[in-house]
Amino acid sequence: MNDLFSTKPDVPQESEARLDRIRAGLSRRHAREKRFRLYGVLAIAAALAFVAILFTMILSKGLPAFQQATLSLPVTFSEELIDVDPQPVREAGQSAADFQAASLRWQRDVTLINWNRVLENAVRQIAPDVEIETRDLQSIIDNGERFKLRDAFVADPSILGRTIQMDVLASANVDNWLKGNIDRDLPDAQQQLSADARALADRLYEEGHIRMAFAWHIFTNVDSRSAPASAGLAGAFMGSLYMMLVVIVLAVPIGVASAIYLEEFAPKNRLTDLIEVNINNLAAVPSIVFGLLGAAVFINYFRLPLSAPIVGGLVLTLMTLPTIIIATRSALRAVPPSLRQAALGLGASKTQTVFHHVLPVTYPGILTATIIGVAQALGETAPLLLIGMNAFVAAVPGSPFEQSTALPVQIFLWQGNENRNFFEARTSAAIIVLLGLMISLNAIAIFLRSRLERRR
Amino acid sequence: MTHNQETETAAMNMSSSQFVQDQLNASEPRSNEMKTRVIAKDVNVFYGAKQALFDVSVNVPDKAVIAFIGPSGCGKSTFLRCLNRMNDTIEGCRVEGEIRLDGQDVYDPKIDVVELRARVGMVFQKPNPFPKSIFENVAYGPKIHGLASNKTELEEIVVTSLKKAGLFEEVKDRLREPGTGLSGGQQQRLCIARAIAVSPEVILMDEPCSALDPIATAKIEELIDELRANFTIAIVTHSMQQAARVSQRTAFFHLGVLVEEGPTEQIFTAPSDKRTQDYVTGRFG
Ligand SMILES: Nc1ncnc2c1ncn2[C@@H]1O[C@H](COP(=O)(O)OP(=O)(O)OP(=O)(O)O)[C@@H](O)[C@H]1O
Ligand SMILES: [Mg+2]
Repeated sequence: MNDLFSTKPDVPQESEARLDRIRAGLSRRHAREKRFRLYGVLAIAAALAFVAILFTMILSKGLPAFQQATLSLPVTFSEELIDVDPQPVREAGQSAADFQAASLRWQRDVTLINWNRVLENAVRQIAPDVEIETRDLQSIIDNGERFKLRDAFVADPSILGRTIQMDVLASANVDNWLKGNIDRDLPDAQQQLSADARALADRLYEEGHIRMAFAWHIFTNVDSRSAPASAGLAGAFMGSLYMMLVVIVLAVPIGVASAIYLEEFAPKNRLTDLIEVNINNLAAVPSIVFGLLGAAVFINYFRLPLSAPIVGGLVLTLMTLPTIIIATRSALRAVPPSLRQAALGLGASKTQTVFHHVLPVTYPGILTATIIGVAQALGETAPLLLIGMNAFVAAVPGSPFEQSTALPVQIFLWQGNENRNFFEARTSAAIIVLLGLMISLNAIAIFLRSRLERRR
Repeated sequence: MTHNQETETAAMNMSSSQFVQDQLNASEPRSNEMKTRVIAKDVNVFYGAKQALFDVSVNVPDKAVIAFIGPSGCGKSTFLRCLNRMNDTIEGCRVEGEIRLDGQDVYDPKIDVVELRARVGMVFQKPNPFPKSIFENVAYGPKIHGLASNKTELEEIVVTSLKKAGLFEEVKDRLREPGTGLSGGQQQRLCIARAIAVSPEVILMDEPCSALDPIATAKIEELIDELRANFTIAIVTHSMQQAARVSQRTAFFHLGVLVEEGPTEQIFTAPSDKRTQDYVTGRFG
């Protein structure tokens, strides 16, 4: 040290030369640093650009699907068309079974009513001068909407003979036609709708009888093949929710507990080494293999129902476990040993040390691991195909044991559907719903984590 | 100054006979026939295949301060950790030999380490408060050992411990704030308060002042001097002056061997071993 300072005034040239060398190197070093920063900025910009492109594409494609052509019709529940006995009431002395049978018979009769005719009359009422064949006219209304009339009547038979203003979905073809998704110049032979139907749709749209309304049914309806316009995500959404629930209930406690045991309590020997290696390997196993395993074990061996969220949840749990275990272990490993020593030195037992001091510090890390794992599971498709969750299910599952599909599988199914409507917009709409679910999941995680971190 | 006043009042609160006894202990020149608290005999410690301590035998006297000195890596911390079995927590560490606390074998398999560590507290080289409030830091030990039967009692223990550690005045308005938000010296005193809140019989301190400035160091030395009245203290230090100031007995370690142990004055003024002399006069280490 002393030499350094004393040589400076004595040999200025030498020190100058030394400084020059440092300076020469400096500019190179700075250049390298600048270059590296530039790469970083470029990488971030590229990533952001891709995300932006992805989102604009999905949103621009999918958002229109949330608006759907809807007819506003004055529906007359005319006695002439709705020709059924009055709704049975339970008479004194009638057994429950008898009453049930009578009710069912009545409901069947109601279903057999020509509701399409009721709808047709309503349309003809708002466009009295139009000459159009019944088949063409009915093609502008979604096939499933007649059940809406039936349900309204069953719910309140007193509407018989009255006229009620009702919103019914236009058919998918009309929706596409009005949105301009179909080339208007195509010859009749290539059009889905007849010329008369197209003209009627245009006219009703101009007169305001058809308008674009928010498609709530995407969230409340289940998938449908016969009535594509009214197909919704409710079933898939609930299926995904149940699976998420199963994953959270099973994978998080099991994963965190195994991680704690392996990291804090297990002796370090051959066996635990082997377990560690295998957990790491499991994390790298392709998800479709877990699907095969699930089909073989849960369905063939344990006889759990096919296509049920419980099986999907179990398969996804297996898939998520390694992620959670590995991330939790690394969170535990990051806790400074001094914290453990402090607790142990005070006479805390091993368990007290872990649960009072080590674990609370790792909550944010475990939470992040959980969210990553669950989000991954939520977006997983391949294993679900192998346990039959790609089946067409037209009902909202009431429990994890009922048949259901899942959001990503629904996207896959719609994407593969030849129907232009699905192909063009429904898939993107479903993707938006799935992304929305994931983003809210992440938002909750970030919120919880910041709260946990603030508490410390 | 406030320190001394506090000690005085604290002393007044003690039963008078104990007070007199302590005063006698403190003023009496420590002789060789002090009561021993901890006896270590032929202790060998291995980290895996590497031996870190060789046949160390030393007696830790009751209600006194013993200092462990020696060059870096000579095994002072290792030996200190043997006394409350903190070595158990180190992978691959093996202890041989005999260590007795009040005649009881510390390494007896029947011994409960939780109880042992409640009796033999430890302050570490680096301040390591829990990432919790100041209050909870001090209250944790009494809580897990069930030393306080109700909340007021617990608060009393916390306040007394903080006062003994000379920290109370500085933190009394922010007991609910995190202990990690204190300065390094305050953190170390918090760790000392945390250790004495359990009322251990022996306190092990591994270089408690190595991260502290001279003022904080002086405070802690003052504290050690006060604690001596009630506790048995073993302290590892690299500062010869500190050893001389706070301890009654000194043990000099070198390359895993206990070279010499005796009254502090004797070690510093008339060591019998050449290595000790070289070390205390600063010729190596
Ligand atoms: N956890 C460990 N694993 C392996 N060897 C260790 C471990 N801890 C200490 N040692 C070895 O044991 C010997 C004594 O270490 P120890 O920490 O007791 O020294 P020390 O006297 O406290 O040194 P310092 O004054 O630097 O703290 C050293 O050679 C060290 O390398
Ligand atoms: Mg040490």
